[in-house]
Amino acid sequence: MIGINVYLALIAIATLLAMYRFLVGPTTPDRLVAVDIMTTITTGLMVLFALYYGRMIYISVALVYAVLAFGGVIAFARYLEGGL
Amino acid sequence: MNVLSATGEALVLIGTFFYFLSALGLIRMPDVYNRMQTSTKSATLGSLGVIIGTGLWAVGMGHSVAWIVQTVVVATFILLTNPISAHALIRGAYRSGIPLWNGSVVDKYGEHLKAKAEAAENEKNEGDGE
Repeated sequence: MIGINVYLALIAIATLLAMYRFLVGPTTPDRLVAVDIMTTITTGLMVLFALYYGRMIYISVALVYAVLAFGGVIAFARYLEGGL
Repeated sequence: MNVLSATGEALVLIGTFFYFLSALGLIRMPDVYNRMQTSTKSATLGSLGVIIGTGLWAVGMGHSVAWIVQTVVVATFILLTNPISAHALIRGAYRSGIPLWNGSVVDKYGEHLKAKAEAAENEKNEGDGE
């Protein structure tokens, strides 16, 4: 159970790298790609938190978050195409 | 530490490593298309590893079997929807006019759009001739 801290630290580093691209990225699609990656990483992080706290209900939270993130990214893609 | 929790922990380690690689590709690659290519693929694989590994690890630690069922549901959803959102996003990026990197040589979608526009133009000209 100690090893889970190492995994959480690796995920934190990955999120910080994606955050760098979100802040620096020269065009709008660059930032949206960074947001997409961050939502995917956050879904995995929520499932890890469910194990960390020992509560199965947090996995359902991760599922709902994945659904909402999918809808949000699709809406942003429509906006980029000029259809929204 | 039994076999299930050891397998789950190894899967979680592999998954977080792929998360790290995807974020690294997001920084390293030269334009938005290459960034999307590297980061989406490895982030999807990393999600599968982390989520299913967490389910196996929890069952190995003595939690109920429902953990593995719920984690497989979440992993299947990620596996189905992540490529769709990435594809829609990169199509929007192409349509909004982001140029390709200098070193990119293949542009199948641009060729397809050009061929479609030419076909529509020819059809219109024939219609005018009649």
